[in-house]
Amino acid sequence: MSAATWGWLVLLFPLLGSIFLGLTFRVLPQRIAGLVGIGAIVAAFICGIAALISLQGEPHDSRHVASSLWEYASVGGFTIDLGVYVDPLSVFMVLVVTGVSSLIHIYSYSYMKSDAGYTRFFSYLNFFVFSMLLLVLAGNYVLLIVGWAFVGFASYALISFWYSRETATKAGMKAFVINVVGDIGLVLAAILIFRELGVIDYGAVFEAAPEAFSTNQWEVVAICLLLLVGAFAKSAQMPFHTWLADAMEGPTPVSALIHAATMVTAGVYLIARSHSLFELAPTAADIAAFVGLGTLLIAGTIAIVVTDLKRIIAFSTMSQIGYMFVAVGIGAYSAGMFHMMTHAFFKALLFMAAGSIISAMANMQDIDKMKGFRKAMPFTAAMLIIGALALSGFPGTSGWFSKDEIIDFASFRGGMYEWMAIGMMIGAFMTAIYSFRIIFRILPGKPCEEAQHLIDTGHVVHGEPVNPKTLEPEDTDVGYPGEHHHIAEQATGMKIGMSVLGFLALVGGLVQIPGVTEVVTHFLEPTFEDSAFVGLHPTVEQAWIGLGKGGLISLAGIATAWFLYIKRPDIPGKLMNTFRPLHTLFVNKWYGDELVDFLVVKPFKGFGSFSNRYFERYVIDGLTAGTTGFVRSAGVAVRDLQTGLLRGYAVLMLFGIVAMVLYFLIRSI
Amino acid sequence: MAIEWYIVLSAMLFAIGFIGVLVRRNPVVILLCLELMLSAGALSMLAFSRMLGDQDGQVMVLIVLVVAACEVVVGLGLVVAMFRRRLPLDVDEMKELKG
Repeated sequence: MSAATWGWLVLLFPLLGSIFLGLTFRVLPQRIAGLVGIGAIVAAFICGIAALISLQGEPHDSRHVASSLWEYASVGGFTIDLGVYVDPLSVFMVLVVTGVSSLIHIYSYSYMKSDAGYTRFFSYLNFFVFSMLLLVLAGNYVLLIVGWAFVGFASYALISFWYSRETATKAGMKAFVINVVGDIGLVLAAILIFRELGVIDYGAVFEAAPEAFSTNQWEVVAICLLLLVGAFAKSAQMPFHTWLADAMEGPTPVSALIHAATMVTAGVYLIARSHSLFELAPTAADIAAFVGLGTLLIAGTIAIVVTDLKRIIAFSTMSQIGYMFVAVGIGAYSAGMFHMMTHAFFKALLFMAAGSIISAMANMQDIDKMKGFRKAMPFTAAMLIIGALALSGFPGTSGWFSKDEIIDFASFRGGMYEWMAIGMMIGAFMTAIYSFRIIFRILPGKPCEEAQHLIDTGHVVHGEPVNPKTLEPEDTDVGYPGEHHHIAEQATGMKIGMSVLGFLALVGGLVQIPGVTEVVTHFLEPTFEDSAFVGLHPTVEQAWIGLGKGGLISLAGIATAWFLYIKRPDIPGKLMNTFRPLHTLFVNKWYGDELVDFLVVKPFKGFGSFSNRYFERYVIDGLTAGTTGFVRSAGVAVRDLQTGLLRGYAVLMLFGIVAMVLYFLIRSI
Repeated sequence: MAIEWYIVLSAMLFAIGFIGVLVRRNPVVILLCLELMLSAGALSMLAFSRMLGDQDGQVMVLIVLVVAACEVVVGLGLVVAMFRRRLPLDVDEMKELKG
């Protein structure tokens, strides 16, 4: 079978799984629903591997297959095909998405055990994966938008999964609305592409673009900026980042899915996919890189100060996605995709480990209350350490290879990119500090109450179900936290998910050792062969020097974290008091929410109430009142003719007839 | 005989009928007068039909007669209804439909 056929099968399985689970949620036993959900994604993963094999069988120059099932729409002589585009980039994305999603599904199989909405959860999860696969496999911009919007909906459904929790439904709405803003940008970009080039299929667009546009022509810059609006919103880059932290309201596997495999990487994929356009608009590419840089620095500062375990990891995602944006913005496409892959491994791992600890804490997420989990949950602790090592770029781990490849490329390009590289190094230092802040705060020391309970009795503390954010009691009808707790790290599914990801997070970087194995770069080469940067990369020596620097920064960051949180735990408090305004700024997430509230929400609300007060009252009401008033006064005017006197009517009729007869008589003369 | 006589007779009948409708208040008499007016119209149509020598006028007269019969049915029905409710048989008193 050709690669395109496998591509279609990749799409088919999650869709079937989602529909099947959605239809049978009443009759299917929980265990089977979970297995069906896992099976659908694993089948998609296997088809992805088959697509990879069949694609590698093609000669180097023709490693891209477009296939169309039927016309998706046909308007005014312009047809949009329901088509997929299978090339190394999309296969790479498919493998990462389905691979990591399979593990997250296996983890959820155990994690969501006590949830009343178990089948619904798996149906949503499958739909989420399907949407993401549609996004990466789409063969034209229109189908990309379809997948893009599906992802937005799926994220809404999953973030608001516990729909009786008000904060969760609000967070879901927020994510959805911000994503729709991005969708608008994307739709406008597609319209502009069609207007300028007359085509919408990837292959045709990238072929026509270099002839139609000169470098930095305003049309192509506008297209790229609009694409960036979509990418920023989906990937939670500034100024559209505020939804990501709130998305933590969803179940932990959902956080893992959003952050690792699906959703937030879509923006990176979009830029990499449209690199032919972005290279014609270097200004837009630079904007992408600078926004990425700004986001990674700001998210780093927030992650150092917030105390909610899941939110720390969420801000670290924002920051790592920032690295990927810098990478694809400066032309290091394969490095960006490579970082996306390693990030998927260690970020999913971190979320899984965090979920395990949170369920042991009876749903408390505050790291100030966690202590001594090294003894209570040794397996989870080990996984958390592996994840943190990879995130902070400890030498030898996957994050070390991928992050430093991006930094190397930036300093290799020189000029202002050199400064960007320095900014990213500062970001890497902060990354190491906040990753090990988690480790040093919650693993060592005297076990806290919940951890001690786990050590003593072998059972997880049973806490009253409360909303971790508002501490209000929760309605358990929609499931989790449910009546029965289980020890997260002893559940088979969770153990499998975590250990495979732990292994990948440790050794996943070995596929891309500079000068030895450069699998990702070589594999993605056919996609990026038209890029101006494809032949440009640092020499092996430069790369190793960069890796050395990266390793030193990571070690320095870890050492700083150790000094701050183990050796002298009094210092963070003192620092906090000294830099009180700065701390307030960071803890409040640089007032991003408030800024959006002030700039967008408030004006819109004001406009709404203005319209209600004036437009509605005077214009709309005036129009309707005017109409009724006219009819009523016309009635008053003619009412007196209606005397009810029969003989009077007869007289009037006589006059009427006489008048008519006279009229015709006069006319005939 | 010239057509004028027929027309004049028809016009006089019509005028008598109409004046009756205007001046009388008893609904029964008004109905009688209406019949007179219809017959006047029918007469003029018959006359014209003879003058032109075709049958259209005759057909129209038959239709008019049918319509007149129907109208009388409705009208007399109303009169009977008024009588049963012991209402005064006076059209000037029946003016509840005043606007």
